Amino acid sequence: MRFVVTKSCGGSSRARVGSLLAGNPPSLLETPALLLSTKKGLPAFISPDLLATLDSPGPPLLHISPVHFLDGPSPSIISSIGGLHQMLALQSFVLVASPRDSIESLPESIGANKLGAAFETPSGRRLVKPSDYMDMISSLKADLWASLADEVPAWVSEKRNRASVDRTLRWLDDCIALDKTGGENIFGAIVGGTSVKERQRCATEVVKRNVPGFYIGGFGLGESMEERLGLLNTIMDSLPVEKPRQIFGLALPEEVLQGVAAGIDLFDSTYVYHLTLGGFALVFPLDIIESENLGVHLNNGGDATTINLRATVYRKDTSPLINNCSCYTCQNHTRAYINHLLTVHEMLAHILLEVHNTQHYLQFFGKIREAIKLDKFDLFCKKFIEGRRTHLITSLPSSDPDESPLLSR
Amino acid sequence: MKVHLEVHDIHPVLSFQVSLLDLADITEEGVTFQSPADGKPMLLTPEESIRIQNKIGADIIMALDDVVRTTITGPRMEEAMYRTLRWIDRCIAAHERPDAQNLFGIVQGGVDPILRDICVRGLVERNLPGYAIGGLAGGEDKDSFWRVVAQCTAALPADKPRYVMGVGYPLDIVVCSALGADMYDCVYPTRTARFGTALIPEGVLKLKHNAMASDERPIDSTCTCMVCKKYTRAYLHYLVTKDPMGSQLLSYHNLSYMMRLSQNLHMSIVEGRFPQFVQGFLRIQFPKGDVPKWVCNAMEVAGIDISSCCSPIH
Ligand SMILES: [Zn+2]
Ligand SMILES: [Zn+2]
Repeated sequence: MRFVVTKSCGGSSRARVGSLLAGNPPSLLETPALLLSTKKGLPAFISPDLLATLDSPGPPLLHISPVHFLDGPSPSIISSIGGLHQMLALQSFVLVASPRDSIESLPESIGANKLGAAFETPSGRRLVKPSDYMDMISSLKADLWASLADEVPAWVSEKRNRASVDRTLRWLDDCIALDKTGGENIFGAIVGGTSVKERQRCATEVVKRNVPGFYIGGFGLGESMEERLGLLNTIMDSLPVEKPRQIFGLALPEEVLQGVAAGIDLFDSTYVYHLTLGGFALVFPLDIIESENLGVHLNNGGDATTINLRATVYRKDTSPLINNCSCYTCQNHTRAYINHLLTVHEMLAHILLEVHNTQHYLQFFGKIREAIKLDKFDLFCKKFIEGRRTHLITSLPSSDPDESPLLSR
Repeated sequence: MKVHLEVHDIHPVLSFQVSLLDLADITEEGVTFQSPADGKPMLLTPEESIRIQNKIGADIIMALDDVVRTTITGPRMEEAMYRTLRWIDRCIAAHERPDAQNLFGIVQGGVDPILRDICVRGLVERNLPGYAIGGLAGGEDKDSFWRVVAQCTAALPADKPRYVMGVGYPLDIVVCSALGADMYDCVYPTRTARFGTALIPEGVLKLKHNAMASDERPIDSTCTCMVCKKYTRAYLHYLVTKDPMGSQLLSYHNLSYMMRLSQNLHMSIVEGRFPQFVQGFLRIQFPKGDVPKWVCNAMEVAGIDISSCCSPIH
């Protein structure tokens, strides 16, 4: 892996554009970038042939959770098949592995102990020790991977935060020692919960290991946006600027913008998965800098960024999800059809929604990079958040928290 | 066995059918069932059914019929058959686009040869663009099943397509084609995919089976579909029955299997080697020669010699 920061924002923002060279053969990707969520290696609904139709500048980056493979195929079978790229038939894609996701592998801090990290999975709580984890890492052959972390929610005690840092650092040393490729693709995990002191200690210690990149864990676990800002700044102050940073748990557009502003390079797309599952489509305009007012023309059943395709208003709506959207779904199908598919419980509804939502969020990231390059990232954030606020004020009386994944978080 | 029909240049689209709905209430006026949209009772008359299908614009549209389970006999079956005949006239009268859309009548009558005979003759009199054989694949025994198909295909005009509704398994399709049927529809390839079963020339492959966990071969090494080119049984083993992607990938393979089977069947007729096709199909499906008796009986009527596929003793 190689990483170069190609453009940094001046002033208060630490937002940056970087070039990431990863994969085999290596692909050149621009950051900030979105890692697509997967279940056992493939996206939940987008089949491999449709994955190729996604309009993105390079091959998409996929997030892979080794925990999904605890029940098989066994590491020896995966190795024998030739690793994850081969098994998934995604040879030209860049695969980034980290244990946690927000779908089938949730960190479970109560179950963790000094031996390993615990995850809540569909087959129950599972303890993953560094040696198990590294067995999987060496068989999966992901392009980049995070060390095993003890991620804790925001409400644990200072003592627990301290323990999480101690364990995570020890496991990082174990992972480095057990890595057969000499640690060249490892992202060192940084934890510490909501303790500024522990976050700083962890970051400083991880930096000492001279890892090529960083995985920032323990976010999106109950901390407030304000709390997060201080923690992210503390961590970033301790990290060298020239190395890439991946985060997990900052999913909503506002959270992504906060993370980008703090200097994060790689994000997860769990948000897209949850929207898709709920029957929502992303519809916010992407020409954020050019537009006069983002919120105005979004008077439609969801919130300012999404629409709820289950709503009866779409029953006879023969327009695509977004006019002029180049995705497979918008090129071929209408809102009315997706509404119908949801009504009759057809999986195709989710396939079509995941295609559109994924492409839309990928393009949102494209716009973020563009804004940074134009030195307009602050304006971009301001206009995006203003648009949302305008909409929320005008539509507040009817807003139902269950209807809006943005508000219910 | 029939030589191919020139029906359409493009893929024809078929319309809906109200089939064996458990909650349906059937009167002379029409079928009352629960709307899938809001659960409210909805009356579907023959006229309304045709009106909707005219709007949908399918190339082939189906008459509304009174379907009862084939296992039912007696006055209810007789009533359903006669009602189907009365309804076809209402469907024909309501059909506003006969030049653009082909209305198929549906032969009913359960497994009673007399009722089937009355129904098929009644429909042929109406000179429809095509005919469906309905009410099958509903739990009747296989010998009754193929005999109904054979009786209907023999009575239907040779120059019109014959569509066996709700069929079927690969073996059923091969047998019905030998008996002169042309078209089929079935949820089997996709439904069985959701249960983790793949269709292969030898029959079926249960991907949930423990042996699949370490099997690095594709589902079917002779299959050219995207899934067989890309994925191992070992990987699919962990996806099927649990993840939507497992259902998708297996459905993809199963549908490509069925399409290839139909294509091969079609070409064998065009090239005048259909008997050899049937023999080859049966030999792979029943390597021990234990071809079911009903298949042997049906093939005898179809005039296809399959003795080479059957073991001498069984
Ligand atoms: Zn779209
Ligand atoms: Zn295949």
